Amino acid sequence: MAVNDFLLVLVVITALSFDFTNGFHDTGNAMATSIATKALGPRTAVAISGALNLVGAFLSLAVAATIASGLVDTGLVTLTVVLAGLAGGITWNLLTWFFGIPSSSSHALIGGVIGSTIAAAGGHAILWHGLVSKVIIPAGLSPIIAALVAATGTWLLYRISRHLSDGARSHGFRIGQIGSASMVSLAHGTNDAQKTMGVITLALIVNKTVPSTAHAPFWVILSCGLAIAAGTYLGGWRVIRTLGKGLVEIEPPQGMAAESASAAVILLSSSFGYSLSTTHVATGSIIGTGLGKKGAQVRWSVAGRMATAWIFTLPSAGLVGAGAYALAHVIGGTAGPVVDLIILIAIAATIYLRSRKTKVDHNNVNDEWTGGVAPAEPEPAVAA
Amino acid sequence: MSWINLSALWKIVVFGLIAGAGLPALFAVGLRALSMKGARAQTAGADSDQIVGGNPVGIVAAAFCFLIVLAAIAWGIYEVYQIGHPAAK
Repeated sequence: MAVNDFLLVLVVITALSFDFTNGFHDTGNAMATSIATKALGPRTAVAISGALNLVGAFLSLAVAATIASGLVDTGLVTLTVVLAGLAGGITWNLLTWFFGIPSSSSHALIGGVIGSTIAAAGGHAILWHGLVSKVIIPAGLSPIIAALVAATGTWLLYRISRHLSDGARSHGFRIGQIGSASMVSLAHGTNDAQKTMGVITLALIVNKTVPSTAHAPFWVILSCGLAIAAGTYLGGWRVIRTLGKGLVEIEPPQGMAAESASAAVILLSSSFGYSLSTTHVATGSIIGTGLGKKGAQVRWSVAGRMATAWIFTLPSAGLVGAGAYALAHVIGGTAGPVVDLIILIAIAATIYLRSRKTKVDHNNVNDEWTGGVAPAEPEPAVAA
Repeated sequence: MSWINLSALWKIVVFGLIAGAGLPALFAVGLRALSMKGARAQTAGADSDQIVGGNPVGIVAAAFCFLIVLAAIAWGIYEVYQIGHPAAK
């Protein structure tokens, strides 16, 4: 029992680390457009978003339930499986963040857990119907719905405000953007913080700490909310830059339309227990806002690169998760998961150190888009 | 066993359009009402002018629009809370 409790602690820490990467990976979903239109200063934006993510974590528990008991047969899952799955999710999240690709943290997590479950117990341990109907189909539909809503909103906003001067329009819609971006942050908390809650609850169920029908305990909700808020506050500047500058050049009315569409679609879907990706929705909305404005151009090459990453997210995270499980299984005992964790920490440190070389932060996040994540250096970097 | 929950899908599309496109549109109507004849612009930044309402009808109409938007958001958050905490009812 003591061994299991030790493992459980490791799983909880890893899960909260995932939640933290989820936070900074997804700050851009809520705040990229507000930062791009200068409705909010970059640092204010991440502070507001972090706080509202924490509030959002307490708002709903529908998605946590889907993750905890709707995707895998909890009877066949072990703590090592959960840990290996988390390792897969974290690895994929860090890699995509490094390349500034707004891929889905949710799919990284779900892919990782499914990969390690298959490696441990085989395909029959997966509730395929739940996976397809609650994860894969919503993943395909949600960006399209979000784009439709955002395009409609954008068209309406420009139509209604066509007699306003450009200055008046910018001022008014920047205020509107602050409100709508706040709603997306809240929505992100209700949707994404819950995914980690679901995984920790799954671990607690597996460890028989709580019965299989249990909801997330309070300390789980609180710690997940705090972890995602801290991650959000750190700010994933690389992804923010791609979303705010890379896809479409955004004006305040478009920003407000995109954020309103994202918030509405995410909150509605969360209520139905769909664990959809806030990233897919936010990206769909931003593309929609480019489609809804005459003369705006969508950089489809950037969008295409993202879509490719989306398709690869579930299987790639799954492969890493499966590999992590296999390694832990071969080593065996408690040492297996510990070795997994050491490798994970090494990978994270490597990616972090490499990211320092092409740094994107609150100072250069809005620089002109030149085709890559890191803005062109104004002058050759001084060795220091 | 259905793969797509059609009733959830149409609700997400319809309510998504109402809340996600309708509410910002109402906000835009409010801005437009506020800038009715008599309003003036006050420089608020490099490319930004605050509208200062001067028309009483416009101000009341704008306030009405903004209030509806805020009320709808508050109601939406309340609904999400209700649905997401089945035990709390």
